[in-house]
Amino acid sequence: MTDKMNSAAMAKPKKWRDVPMAGVAFGATAEAVETGQWRSIRPLWDSEKCISCLICWNQCPDRAVTTDESGKVTGIDEFYCKGCGICAHLCPKDAIEMKPETDFAAARGDR
Amino acid sequence: MSRREIISGNWAFAEAMRQINPDVVAAYPITPSTDIPMKFSEFVADGKVDTNFVTVESEHSAITACVTAAAAGARVMTASSANGVGLMHEIFPIAGFFRSPIVFGLVNRSLGAPINIHCDHSDSMGERDAGWIHLYCEDAQEAYDTAVMAVRLAEHDNILTPVFVCQDGFITSHGFEPVEMLDDETVKRFVGERNARYPLLDVKNPVTYGSFASTEYYFEIKRQQVEAMENALKLYDGVAREYEAVSGRYYPMLDAYRTEDAEFVVVVMSSAAGVVKDVVDELRDKGVKAGCLRIRMFRPFPFDGVAKALSHAKAIAVLDRSLSLGGTAPVVSEVRSALYRASALIPVQSYVFGLGGRDFFPQNARDIFTDLEKGQIVGEERYIGLLE
Ligand code: SF4
Ligand code: SF4
Repeated sequence: MTDKMNSAAMAKPKKWRDVPMAGVAFGATAEAVETGQWRSIRPLWDSEKCISCLICWNQCPDRAVTTDESGKVTGIDEFYCKGCGICAHLCPKDAIEMKPETDFAAARGDR
Repeated sequence: MSRREIISGNWAFAEAMRQINPDVVAAYPITPSTDIPMKFSEFVADGKVDTNFVTVESEHSAITACVTAAAAGARVMTASSANGVGLMHEIFPIAGFFRSPIVFGLVNRSLGAPINIHCDHSDSMGERDAGWIHLYCEDAQEAYDTAVMAVRLAEHDNILTPVFVCQDGFITSHGFEPVEMLDDETVKRFVGERNARYPLLDVKNPVTYGSFASTEYYFEIKRQQVEAMENALKLYDGVAREYEAVSGRYYPMLDAYRTEDAEFVVVVMSSAAGVVKDVVDELRDKGVKAGCLRIRMFRPFPFDGVAKALSHAKAIAVLDRSLSLGGTAPVVSEVRSALYRASALIPVQSYVFGLGGRDFFPQNARDIFTDLEKGQIVGEERYIGLLE
């Protein structure tokens, strides 16, 4: 193990000895943590209804709402979105709807 | 130059702390270990150490501060006893898991209730699966020597595991006896500087401690702790020999006293071993092949060494200074397991003694050897010195 490791860049450990000791995460970041795996309901964002007020962007616990350079909402990053539904609950324009993940099982090839 | 003084087990441990000069000590006093942080706070006040001495509001906070300081990269020591140890219970596995090489002066005292303050091993035995190394000392000299050695063991890059240095409450902690101490420079050289693997204070190589481990990796990281224990078993003797080279005193993980050809062996830990050894000498003079096996290292448990030391025995007595209510007392359960692993089906009698500081006399040891000689071995545990 080198000193300058970065968990985000690390390959997934295949053997118990390859897991970093003491469960340390290198780089002091949760970048590589796929919180999207926890999701059981998925937010569907409607670009037509959205006014880019950024309430969801601000309140999302996983910084999963994405924006462009001008600060307009562009969608939701499913790698990080854990499906808490806060965005849908807070949206003043009902631009986000939560749908069960089972609706997408076929498309996902169901793992 | 080494020096010899008449001091207690607690003072001996505190003297070792002064010489080790740890970066951080966070402690909360509890009888009978109170003397350790008390004496050490004098060293702090007198400017004899550079330690950041953190006074906290509870044992839970004490050990938490110790774990965090160790993760930051500091060399850390502390002390506690009994229910103070109990209050730390939640944090001990975290210290083990974070591979925090804390050296802990554990002064054994019965876990209340009833509140009692005197010696037994119910406090440390409750922590036997916490991922700490357990070393049990027979006397004050050994408590001093073990404290110094434990730093090297805990911080060894292939071990990185916290260590309990146990001594018997009051019997050892408050009994005054001659203790030979190394000079400060020798201790300083022996312990060296801590070279932490992933210190939080290394801001150029940032790491996170304590992040969530899902079902994917929890098991794997625990397996690494098993390996650390296996390594401790392999590397212990090297550290003990290095310590012998500077001190002239050698402490094997098992103190086998006249066991080579012994037919009747009493297995015991800590201060009570002194009484048993005296009785062994007495019986040897009468032609009885008696022996004593003192287990110094309880975690990791030296299964092979125990089985080997007991291999000639016709009958074995194991003395536990704690109970496992509704189960098998901890020392006897490991000894039986060691014998079974070695396919040595020697009769073992379990005895519980000394709970809540109940004295253990030479006559008690004689009676135990008599039981062994007469083959009076039963399935149930027996109680020594109980009003019955
Ligand atoms: S809260 Fe609703 S309207 Fe506001 S940015 Fe988010 S999706 Fe768009
Ligand atoms: S569901 Fe929760 S995690 Fe996902 S985008 Fe909305 S607020 Fe963020």
